[in-house]
Amino acid sequence: MTLPYPGFHFDLHHDSWVNAAMIAAVVLCSTAGEVLTAAAMKSIGDLDVIRAHSGLKGAIRAVLTCPLFLGGVSFLALAFFSLLFALNHLNLSLAGPASASLTLVTNAVAGKIFLKENVDRRRWAAAVLVCVGVYLLAH
Amino acid sequence: MVHHTLSPRQYLILGLVAVSAPLGDSCLKRGMAAMPPISLAHPGALIAAVFTPWIALGIVLLIGFFASYLTALSWADLTFVLPATAFGNVIIALLSRFWLHEAISLERWAGIVLITIGVGFVAQGPPMTKKPVHEILEIEERAIAASALGEWPEPASHIDRELPR
Repeated sequence: MTLPYPGFHFDLHHDSWVNAAMIAAVVLCSTAGEVLTAAAMKSIGDLDVIRAHSGLKGAIRAVLTCPLFLGGVSFLALAFFSLLFALNHLNLSLAGPASASLTLVTNAVAGKIFLKENVDRRRWAAAVLVCVGVYLLAH
Repeated sequence: MVHHTLSPRQYLILGLVAVSAPLGDSCLKRGMAAMPPISLAHPGALIAAVFTPWIALGIVLLIGFFASYLTALSWADLTFVLPATAFGNVIIALLSRFWLHEAISLERWAGIVLITIGVGFVAQGPPMTKKPVHEILEIEERAIAASALGEWPEPASHIDRELPR
């Protein structure tokens, strides 16, 4: 959900530190949101099974009553608005692809540290390859 | 909960995750491009935009994306699901090449190849990291407590336990 939408107004600023800080804010908020959401879903358990037991309502309630999920969604919303802010100030072809691709690598790091996921060599390689690939494809 | 292979249904959900996000984004893009420039001084125009067909379709697709994304995260690692999400961009790029006959630059072809190789790497491994036994037991205890409160009808008997010998 990080593609830029036309219809917004773009300005070019040339202070590279400010640019980097804006992209960093998007990446950090987005990573925090993804990790909290993933932690929430892991703590809840297999949604397909919960739905089979207690129906769609039960599954939705299990998700919506999880504090980790609400925290995750808040950060994802913050990431979305900071992306809109960045798009308003940065070059369109830089902010979108840069934040989308960097998030993949920061998520791999955060997944290993906070979610204790087994990020082996295959997954590191994938994170880096997909990161470069997304940048090239979206640029 | 330890799955080493995915069921066809789970592949379907991963496919939905991959395709619905870029399709939803494209719909929003198309809808917004057809609108006159919107400024924050007139927020009413943004609300009106929500009810135009392309933007409404985009929002429905993105809600579908989020639902399937959450479902996927409940049985797979974040570092497994995210590359799958990125693979959607490849599918959309290829669709626009062969269906809409849009040109793809060399740079974008390189991106497509890199993402495909990356996703191939991840897909070879297990989707979910094995949890230590004490964590599995904790989750099960919480599920039993929740079911005692009537929140869930049954304890989380779906958790495949690997008890220490």
